[in-house]
Formats: sequence, structure tokens, C-alpha cells
Amino acid sequence: MTIADPVLQGLIDSLNAAYGLCLDDGRLEDWPEFFVEDCLYQVIARENVDNGLPAAVMYCDSKGMLVDRVVALRHANVFPEQFSRHLISRAVVTGSDGNTVTAEASYAVLQTRNDGETRIYNAGKYIDRLLVKDGAARLISRTCVYDTHRIATLLATPI
Amino acid sequence: MNTQARVEAQRSIPTAIDYKVYHDPEIFAAEQSNVFKGRTWCYLGLEAEIANAGDFRTSHVGETPVVLVRGQDGKIFAWVNRCAHKGATVCRSLRGNQADGAFVCVYHQWAYDSEGTLVGVPFRRGMKGVGGYDKDFDPANHSLEKLRVESYKGMVFGTFSSEIEPLEDFLGPVMRKYIDRVFHRPIKVLGYARQYMSGNWKLYSENSRDSYHGALLHLFYPTFGIYRQSQDSAGELTEQGFHNVFTVSKPKGDIDYTSFGDEANREMQGATKLQDERLLQFRPEIDDDVGLHIQSLFPNVVLQQIQNTLATRQIVTLGPDKTELVWTYFGYADDDEETTRHRLRNLNLVGPSGLISMEDGEAVELCQQGTIGAEGKFNFIEMGGDDVREYYAPMGMDENAVRGFWKGYLELMGDALSASTVGVPA
Repeated sequence: MTIADPVLQGLIDSLNAAYGLCLDDGRLEDWPEFFVEDCLYQVIARENVDNGLPAAVMYCDSKGMLVDRVVALRHANVFPEQFSRHLISRAVVTGSDGNTVTAEASYAVLQTRNDGETRIYNAGKYIDRLLVKDGAARLISRTCVYDTHRIATLLATPI
Repeated sequence: MNTQARVEAQRSIPTAIDYKVYHDPEIFAAEQSNVFKGRTWCYLGLEAEIANAGDFRTSHVGETPVVLVRGQDGKIFAWVNRCAHKGATVCRSLRGNQADGAFVCVYHQWAYDSEGTLVGVPFRRGMKGVGGYDKDFDPANHSLEKLRVESYKGMVFGTFSSEIEPLEDFLGPVMRKYIDRVFHRPIKVLGYARQYMSGNWKLYSENSRDSYHGALLHLFYPTFGIYRQSQDSAGELTEQGFHNVFTVSKPKGDIDYTSFGDEANREMQGATKLQDERLLQFRPEIDDDVGLHIQSLFPNVVLQQIQNTLATRQIVTLGPDKTELVWTYFGYADDDEETTRHRLRNLNLVGPSGLISMEDGEAVELCQQGTIGAEGKFNFIEMGGDDVREYYAPMGMDENAVRGFWKGYLELMGDALSASTVGVPA
């Protein structure tokens, strides 16, 4: 195992930390900005990935589709009032090719609804392809593979 | 309405149901025997999920864990996942392949074949003349509890009832016609999503039969200005209530789905509009004009085609206020990679994160929470009349199919419900 360049490691970990806080703070409109234009974001059950099945609960293969989902969450969709809290591990860099880097990180999303109890809502890992350019990392693709395949009520806001 | 009249209403064409039915553990227990293990066929899964000999998947009939297996000769079997010895769970995986066709309980290694018949018991004769079972012990009397299994167009159903009519008759010609349209060619499974609702299964069963809430709870279409006034719609029921199907046709005339986005953008005039219209793109692939088909088959499955999404939603009743919805997404076996990607994009609309469906999970929980302590109080199901019609069009302003559900349900529950739900009239 090779040790990732500390600068690169720092860029990816910073991206993940900012990404989680953005969602947890409810700044949904900023969320698409973590991605490049021609991106892929999907949330898929581990049981599907392990069995070679492609169906995801969210599958957005353009930045426009991410924006559409945020608009829908703000104006159309009805879901429990909630806070989320992302706990994201240090990333493991799995490869790089020019400006493109692949990395993985574990996450746990805690959720607190109006009853005040904080529950483990969704645990899994991010499998990412990143564009590292001009001293910043952005997501080309993020696949959230979730272990928690029993989704409580519904899954509205991004993981 | 006095209590006696309520009883009559429940027994005939129910327009008012005691909220107790969503909470009472005794009613839940009675449903397990009268509905799920009663005279019904319960959906267990798709043949495509167990394509090869030895393939299995775990499933449920109500709360009862069941395993669906394809035997060595290709025949499909189902048995209760409960060892005949001590009641332990025999099959511990969600799915897999048991190449030798043997299912062995880990506790004492009782072994069953794919039909559920006991074929091996360790130390049956004891050892060196000590222990073992009596010489009269007959393995044939200690098999797993077996269900009757029948398939229709690749949908597999099981029943505990020895009296029920064949599956095709239970479904009836109207329901079969709509199953035929979805399964007009071989399918392939695309994956699963499991949605766990803290609510009673009947709230979801009502929800999938409730056309009234569609445009009111699910605000995605109006938010993006996608009005569908030019579309035909209808609800069709089986005679005894039970099952129903909603269909919405694609727009008439020169408006089709390809102009959906344009139409939306014109109408919204600067308000929210979709940035990526591929999400809604519809590619008709069945030889009719139907763009939405939601079919509720009593008691535990919904079959759907919404745009190019195809899915079954299996209802698993884990407790009076615990319901799991297992979404099995599929496409057609001959889909190319691009078609599959199109289906994945459309799938954003449905399922636990579905832009036009996620609210259903919330609605079920709101009704569960709101009816706590409401025993003896009744809901109100009179939208569009107080009768149950076999055909209702256009649909959307009625609760016809919800009344149909209760009609079928109450018939099956019989005295089990009225006795426990309604107090003795004064």
C-alpha cells in the first residue's frame, strides 16, 4: 500500500468534510457545486452492488439533475422534518490518472427528527472519482453504497 | 351513525373504519390467519429472481418468513422458513443458490430438500444403540410447512389455503389483462430497495388504491408545471373489491411525452423548470397509450409501470405499526445498456427516494401517529360516492378503490373484526 500524497489526501478529506457539513447545515443549493458539470451521483443498496444489479434509489447523471432534485426537495416533496449529521472517515485514495483520482471513504448519516431522538439513518461508503485541478477537488462521480438497506420512511435529502 | 350501523357499514360497503384497525395487536393477529394465511394468494417474488435450479430468495407472507426455491427440475416451491425440530430459521441468507438443493438447519443439521421435505436427521438411530429417535419416527411427518405455489406471467404467489380457487381465478380476467401488458416479454431484475414504515400495512394498501391524493400530496408535477389535463384515466376493480388498477394514458392529440418539457417550460413562465428533462422522458414500449399503471393485488403486492419504470412492491407486515415495502425493479431481458440507463434515470421518480412517490411513506406514518388513542373514532371514505364500482373514470376525485379494499378485507375478516373492533351496542 502506498501512502497518498499528503496534499492530495488533504484536498479529498477537505472536500468530504465540506460536503457533509453543507448537507447537515441544510445548504442544499450549494450541494451540486461539489460536482463537475458532467457528473454522476447515485445512492445504491449494497445488496444490489454485491449482486451486480444496477438499480439505485437516486441516479443523477448530470449536474442539472442534481439541481432538479434540490428544487423538488425545496418546493415539491414532503418528508419528515429532520436534521442530518454526516460522519465521514478519512479517504483512502485508490488510484490516480493525471487529474483524475479515485478514492473511497466510509460514512454514517445520523438523523434527528422532531421527536428528538438521533438514529443511525444510513451507513455505507462513498466510491468517488474526483477531478483534482487548481488546488481543489471536485466530484466526477460519487456512488453512495449503503449497508442500511432498510430505509426508514423514505430517503429524501442526499447522502 | 350508531354503533350497530357502523357494524353494518363495515360488513357491507365500508365508508368508515374504526382507527383501531391500525393499532390493535389482536386485529393484527387475526389478519395473519384470516387474510395472509386465509383464502388469498400472496405474492412471493418473481420467477426471474430464481432463474436457475437451486436459486432461492427469502420472502414473507404477512409476517411469516417464507423461502421461495427453484427445484432441480425447474419447479418452484415455497415453505415456511422454520425448522420442524426447534423452530429455528433454516435459510439465513436473503438470496442465493443451493446447488445441491439441500437446506440444512445449522442448529442440529436437519436437512430439507428444495420442496421442504425432511431428508436427513443426524444420529437418527443414535450411536452404539444409545439415543436417537424411536423406530416409528417418520421424517415425512417432520417436513417444513409447505405452501401451494402458482405463477402467473412470472409473478409467483403462494397460499396456505387448501380451499382457495386457482390463482388465475383469484386474480380474475381484468387483473390478468393488466399483468399481461407488463409481462408481455421476458424481464430481468434490476435491483431492490427496502422501505420501512412505522405504520400499519393497511394504510399503505389504502394509499396505493387512493387516486384522490395523487396530485395533492405528490407535488412534483405541478411544481415543475407539468400539467396533464389532456390525459385519460380510469380505475378498474375486481367484483369482490380486493384488487384494483389505475391507468393514465399519455396525452391525446399532438401532445406527447417528448413535448412534455416544452409544455412545462411554456406554462411555468420563469418559475421552476426542469434542467434535465431526460428524467421524465417516456419511451412507449407496450402497445397501448398507457403511461402510468398502478395495480394493487390483494393482499400484499403492487405492480407498477410509471413511465419506463417497472416494479413490484411487496408489502411485508412485521407488526401493527411496522411495515416493510420491498421494491423489486425490473426491465426487459432484451434491454440494451442505454435502455437500462434510461430506466435508472426514470427510477428517480419512484421508490423510497422517488420524486413523485416518496411522500407515501410519510403519509402512512402521519396516519399512524395521528390515530394513536383514537379507538372508536372513524375515518371518512366517501369521496366520489359510498359504493364500490368496477369501473370509475376519470379517476382522481374518488376513493372507490379504497372502499373496494375494505369490502374485500372485511369479508375475509368476518366476525374476527367486528367482534374486536366494535363494542357491544348499548
